[in-house]
Amino acid sequence: MEFSELIRTGRAQAELLRGPGAPPLRGTLCVTGHHLLLSPGPQATSDLWLLLLRSVDSIEKRVAGDSGTITLRCKDLRVLQLDIEGVEATLDIARSIEALSSLESVITSFPFFYRPKGLRLGDAWHFHPPEHYYKRVARETNAWRLSEVNEDFSVCPSYPRAVIVPRAVDDDALARSARFRQGGRFPVLSYHHAPSGTVLLRSSQPLTGPQKRRCAEDEELLRAVLAGARPGARGFIVDTRSAQAAKQARMTGGGTEAKAAYPGWKRLHRPMERGRPLQESFVRLVEACGDLEQSMDRWLSRLEGCRWLAHVKEALSTACLAAQGMEREGACILVHGAEGTDSTLLVTSLAQLILDPLSRTMTGFQELVEREWIQAGHPFQLRCAHSAFSHARPKHEAPTFLLFLDCVWQLGRQFPLSLEFGEGLLLALFEHAYASPFGTFLCNSEKERCLCEVRTRTHSLWSGLNQPKEQRKLRNPLYVLNPLAIWPSVEPQSLRLWQGLFLRWTRPPEPSEAAWEKVWQIVTDKEKTEGSQPTVSASEPQP
Amino acid sequence: MEHIRTTKVEQVKLLDRFSTSNKALTGTLYLTATHLLFIDSHQKETWILHHHIASVEKLALTTSGCPLVIQCKNFRIVHFIVPRERDCHDIYNSLLQLSKQAKYEDLYAFSYNPKQNDSERLRGWQLIDLAEEYKRMGVPNSNWQLSDANREYKICETYPRELYVPRIASKPIIVGSSKFRSKGRFPVLSYYHREKEAAVCRCSQPLSGFSARCLEDEHLLQAISKANPVNRYMYVMDTRPKHRMQSWWATQKDIGRIIVRISSKIWNDEKIRESHEQKRLNAMANRAAGKGYENEDNYSNIRFQFVGIENIHVMRSSLQKLLEVNGTKGLSVNDFYSGLESSGWLRHIKAVMDAAIFLTKAIMIENASVLVHCSDGWDRTSQVCSLGSLLLDSFYRTIRGFMVLIEKDWISFGHKFSERCGHLDSDPKEVSPVFTQFLECVWHLTEQFPQAFEFNEAFLLQIHEHIYSCQFGNFLGNCQKEREELKLKEKTYSLWPFLLDDQKKYLNPLYSPKSQAVAVLEPNTVSFNFKFWRNMYHQFDRTLHPRQSVFNIIMNMNEQNKQLENDIKDLESKIKQHKNKQTDGVLTKELLHSVRPESPTLKTSLCFKEQTLLPVNDALRTIEGSNPADNRY
Repeated sequence: MEFSELIRTGRAQAELLRGPGAPPLRGTLCVTGHHLLLSPGPQATSDLWLLLLRSVDSIEKRVAGDSGTITLRCKDLRVLQLDIEGVEATLDIARSIEALSSLESVITSFPFFYRPKGLRLGDAWHFHPPEHYYKRVARETNAWRLSEVNEDFSVCPSYPRAVIVPRAVDDDALARSARFRQGGRFPVLSYHHAPSGTVLLRSSQPLTGPQKRRCAEDEELLRAVLAGARPGARGFIVDTRSAQAAKQARMTGGGTEAKAAYPGWKRLHRPMERGRPLQESFVRLVEACGDLEQSMDRWLSRLEGCRWLAHVKEALSTACLAAQGMEREGACILVHGAEGTDSTLLVTSLAQLILDPLSRTMTGFQELVEREWIQAGHPFQLRCAHSAFSHARPKHEAPTFLLFLDCVWQLGRQFPLSLEFGEGLLLALFEHAYASPFGTFLCNSEKERCLCEVRTRTHSLWSGLNQPKEQRKLRNPLYVLNPLAIWPSVEPQSLRLWQGLFLRWTRPPEPSEAAWEKVWQIVTDKEKTEGSQPTVSASEPQP
Repeated sequence: MEHIRTTKVEQVKLLDRFSTSNKALTGTLYLTATHLLFIDSHQKETWILHHHIASVEKLALTTSGCPLVIQCKNFRIVHFIVPRERDCHDIYNSLLQLSKQAKYEDLYAFSYNPKQNDSERLRGWQLIDLAEEYKRMGVPNSNWQLSDANREYKICETYPRELYVPRIASKPIIVGSSKFRSKGRFPVLSYYHREKEAAVCRCSQPLSGFSARCLEDEHLLQAISKANPVNRYMYVMDTRPKHRMQSWWATQKDIGRIIVRISSKIWNDEKIRESHEQKRLNAMANRAAGKGYENEDNYSNIRFQFVGIENIHVMRSSLQKLLEVNGTKGLSVNDFYSGLESSGWLRHIKAVMDAAIFLTKAIMIENASVLVHCSDGWDRTSQVCSLGSLLLDSFYRTIRGFMVLIEKDWISFGHKFSERCGHLDSDPKEVSPVFTQFLECVWHLTEQFPQAFEFNEAFLLQIHEHIYSCQFGNFLGNCQKEREELKLKEKTYSLWPFLLDDQKKYLNPLYSPKSQAVAVLEPNTVSFNFKFWRNMYHQFDRTLHPRQSVFNIIMNMNEQNKQLENDIKDLESKIKQHKNKQTDGVLTKELLHSVRPESPTLKTSLCFKEQTLLPVNDALRTIEGSNPADNRY
């Protein structure tokens, strides 16, 4: 298929309105295979304006007289308005954008064509795989091994090739345990907490079904986990569904671990919202944030009604529970819900951020996202197909990853010196997860990425982000390594709406941005003055 | 001291209302003449000033002892468990007595002694000079003058002695106007905008009743509008909600008819005239004759505007509701937001802010003078005038300027601090968080304009602490006349010099005075810019707050930067000297050593300072307050 078939018009004269704070742009509008371009003309001072078509979430057209207006609502929550000369041109451009922005094919998407200057293909792709994390685990304990049972993705299609499992369990047992778990997601190591000698595991639900089936290898696997941890360690299974929902899952072949079958393990139910209700919560919050005229009462009741912050609280407190179980009670934790690709990952990744100082550094956090979200098989392509503005009937969309980023932001607000990265990185990850020129968030699993040759044919977001020119936007200037666990408060009074994301485009950001600039200036001044001391003495002639 | 029966109780438990850990702190409770003191087993002290106590409650006896819940005006809530009921009862009774004093002379300020001599004390009181402040604004000038009409508090007891009025307003006009205004609070200058030559004036409501007019009052308003050479039109802002005034009109018409009927009956009946009934009816008649607002037909060149801030009673119950919601154990996110909404608190804050913005725009855009009033002109009027001035004039955004602003629009113009804060055992219906709302509006501005204020949040919190503490004389009494009668300047100390001595604590490290010097703040009052002020209403609930302070670290960095820059200058000048002296350029040891060796390590030591001070009672260390046991997961 050629893009040119979908492009109905060459160019048109247009004016672009970008919301508060940004001046309108006039120029020639042009649709290409992946972009919408606005060229301000040769005499204009401003640069070419460029929008990735993939980031358009919904499009609305209106015509009046001999001109038209297109409103583009983007996946990063930006709202753009284009005033276009000519009715025909307006309709053509709108149709082209509609067609091109909803292309489903991965290998014709922009990352396969994006070749930025200064980056080489394949640069950062070997940066974060599970093998890398295993090296760290192996230094801390001998109880775990790296298994390549999933080498050809046949045991579990949503797991990476290599996973970390108890040394005492062989690959055959793993394969059998996989058959007992939904989607083949058998329990694997997510994080080893060295100070307490305990581990965090994740999996999907066991397929106990109405007959209450059991699986000896699965039971053996969890027994081996406790045996490999510190002596006398207990285990907690944190099920992210309510007890009732877990029971009901038995009717459809799923279920949860029977108490008698897993001695030493205790089950806890922490119901977390997922799927459609979570997406609706996101949509309603964004709707509320777009209304500038509403009264205080209306705003507060919509903020309450959308329940977004309640989901933030659920996620953080479940993660804290898991982390507390490990650090304070010396227990091993297994987290799962149903598929084990959404709320499960939310809990395990947040728990690590709370416990592990290394995951709070710039590279550590990137590794965490790569390992616990991308490699762990969070279906980004399905979950992030549409953002909050889409009129399409939601199918598999859910802002689970955004909820994770929001929770990280809340942690950063409560511990402003303990994260090496700032809000900038979180915003960038949100944008790129929904639409990106990089290949990192493409596809739903490692298997799919392999088939599409994402690693060899696209650039990694991490190498894009780790370029020196991006650093100032992404880093937290005030970071100091904090060796301790960070326990956040989850009381409603302590949680806040992430204005930097949800209100990013609706209010002019100048005063707070200027303040941030000032913080940077103070920090760099400090580095400069400190750095200049040795040079003063070094410039002295030596005796 | 006669109220204190037990001075010391041991084995008392202190519960944290937001912590789930059942391990309460155990310690000893001491009762002194001024404070309640709890010292826990780690020797950590919790001081509670008697005057801060809003209510004491003794709950039903439990197996572990008798619970005693103390709510403070600074939003601290402590929950003690006293082992023996008799001790609890004694403490309870003592606190009831000690927290509610009947006489000003029994307040802490009259016994507080910071070891200063009389001249130091006097200098403290002279620190803020309002005459100086009016001079800074540019008055007196050709249009405005100092009036001596109230020099002896003859016209208005609740105004200060020195008042600025239009030059063309003669004394008879002032006197006439004052008789037509509630409590004699006639229109006077609050803030003068030098550049625009426009004025912010304040007064109380006109006693126009149903239709009364007062020519002198009309003249005075005309004089104010004439004092503005650019725009002859002036705004009259009635800060009360329009709907309330309208429904008042409706009922007043009925009451009026009844009163006319009854009063004719009274005059015919000698017995009733003498009775209490008559007094009551007179008061009613007075009230009916009072209340009202300016009729645009009677005043030339005015534009009348309601701005809709609710009265003190609505505000009091709004805060009450807010605190009830926040005190709930295991509060869910949804209950929090629906409680926040139904309390209406943020709606009221927004109303005050909107009113101040209206005032600012009238001056900046239309160049018009503004007259602000509510009913008596000491609550909402003070809020709007002071907040408006703060938006208009960057001086009020400095530490000293903010003190001046409070002295001018709140203290001198007779905001009834003692009644609103309940300093004495008086009518609880007069208590209202009007000044707290003002501080909250300022806090919202500091959030929206992080570089516009010289002071930080701690400064606002500290001032809030002291309007209730009765430790200093500034906020005692309800007006200047009362303060003079109490001889506060001789018997008590002023708060301001103490805050200035400590000003390092209150500085905003991001303050950029240069870019803000002339700037008028234009806050955006879209609803989502108003947030719950956790650091005020949960000041003492340490587990709810961020565990690391950005302000401190930036402040320290700033200071280190200055120090290091000085070092560099020092070294460079030394190098120059050496080069001049020693042509062979041999470096002496002394020179190398003058580089501060500790400076690069400062950075890491700063942020964990708090935590090392904390007694380590857990096997694992935590950042202060960051403990899983403190939170409900």
